[in-house]
Amino acid sequence: MATPVLSLRGVTKRFGGLVAVNAMDFDVAEHEVVGLLGPNGSGKSTTLNLVSGLLPLTSGNISLWGNRISGLPAQTINRKGVSRTFQLVRLLPSMNVRENVVAGAVFGHRRRWGQDAQDHAEQLLEKVGLGGKGDMSLGQLTYIDTKRVELARTLAGDPKVLLLDEWLAGLNPTELQIGITLIKSLRNEGRTIILVEHVMDAIRSLCDRCVVMAAGTKIAEGTPAQVLSDKEVIRAYLGDDDA
Amino acid sequence: MSLTGTDIRNLCFATLAFAICALLPFGDNGYWLGLGVTIAMFTTLATSWALFSGPTHYISLATAAFFGVGTYVTGLGIETLPFWSLVGLAGLIGAVLAALVGLATLRLSGVYFVIFTLGLAELVRQVITWVQNNTGQKGLYVLTDLDEAGIYWWLLGLAAVVFLTGWLIGRSRLGFALRIIGDDETVADHSGINTARAKVLLFMVPGAVAAMTGAILAPRYVYIEPSLAFAPILSFQVVIMALLGGASRLWGPLVGVIPFTFLLEAVSSNFPNQTTLVIGVAFLVIVYLLPGGFVGLLDKIMYRVNAKERS
Repeated sequence: MATPVLSLRGVTKRFGGLVAVNAMDFDVAEHEVVGLLGPNGSGKSTTLNLVSGLLPLTSGNISLWGNRISGLPAQTINRKGVSRTFQLVRLLPSMNVRENVVAGAVFGHRRRWGQDAQDHAEQLLEKVGLGGKGDMSLGQLTYIDTKRVELARTLAGDPKVLLLDEWLAGLNPTELQIGITLIKSLRNEGRTIILVEHVMDAIRSLCDRCVVMAAGTKIAEGTPAQVLSDKEVIRAYLGDDDA
Repeated sequence: MSLTGTDIRNLCFATLAFAICALLPFGDNGYWLGLGVTIAMFTTLATSWALFSGPTHYISLATAAFFGVGTYVTGLGIETLPFWSLVGLAGLIGAVLAALVGLATLRLSGVYFVIFTLGLAELVRQVITWVQNNTGQKGLYVLTDLDEAGIYWWLLGLAAVVFLTGWLIGRSRLGFALRIIGDDETVADHSGINTARAKVLLFMVPGAVAAMTGAILAPRYVYIEPSLAFAPILSFQVVIMALLGGASRLWGPLVGVIPFTFLLEAVSSNFPNQTTLVIGVAFLVIVYLLPGGFVGLLDKIMYRVNAKERS
């Protein structure tokens, strides 16, 4: 593997006595889509929160293109090119759809303003399947559309690394297919993505590599087929009897 | 950034409105001019207050602190420095004080920020009282040849600057950043916005403006002492007027200031002991009946009318 875009070394997060993330090590190469899997409460979202700067690390080191980003505030990490969606969709309720996307374009990794930002937002809305809905208010959107707005905002700063926290969760079967196709199109553009996901179909069709966590620790790493047949992984999900 | 036709029309309209307001002292030099000074003062204070508190939803009760500091700048310097430089100096001190307060408190959220700003006015007042007690001074005389009309024009000029500043901020990245912060600070953080810096920068505007307003109004009081200059009721009046009008638009507070000033005027002349009661009732009315102020009410009506046209 060439120089990794993102690498985690000994990343640990303690909440009091609870070790939520324990000495995680993994790398993400350029143009690679890495899935972060694990049962509920295994520390996937916490790991993502550590990368994006939402939470400070207890110890360890996260670097982007070899430069340390752990310890920096979220806004600096975002400017350096790491952008994320949230497990529970977070939008800006006082703004319309287009402004929500512009919000990601003005202060991010690559900065745009005025007409430039508007045009860019319009292109992204087109890309995520919201073409022509720029003037709508958020209240008029369906659930998947709110997720699309958040994704477009995340893409608006031209990030180097995209963090998707259960972006496909909560979608109905039809929406799920649309969602997977959308993420696949991002993958085909050669974007570098880490996705926390539970939907197995999505993991199989989207991920180049998977990192599986249980109780805060990495228990397996490899291609989706490899990790999904791994004994440790099956034990973590289903218990000892089925392993 | 280019100006659209609407922008130019609004600018012309605003300039004309200010020009007409500036003619008031030629029409009347007594009661109405006095009322004009009060309206100009509260318009300046409430509009600058809403510039910060409107988008961020931080309720600041520090107006009295900055205002009081401004009056003392004039009170202490009037013998040695020209009046215009004192107004500028007050603005500078107000901005620096606001930056310090902002750095210390804007990480606090909600109610902690409110309490801190309320306490700030009291703190500064107690410090000045303590200094006065130790030096044996009681208050300060502010004697100038600035008459009521002069004060009115100064305030009107300051109000114009506040509106212009608010309009420019609204079109700037800073203004956009603050709207994002007000909606969701976590999203703002993750969109590359330096939230702490944006909030501190904007908090300096009402700080500077309130201090300048205090500096301009000091000659009207003639004799200033801490309990007058740092009266906490001023902070509450500004908040109520701004919320009554609506803090979501630049012109919103103005719509609250005018009726409220007339109401207070009527009450304080007819029932001088019930002024506080009126403020309290007004606050309840705003919270229960007009949560978005007159601006919010207008938006709701417009939305209904549009919805009716659509259906």
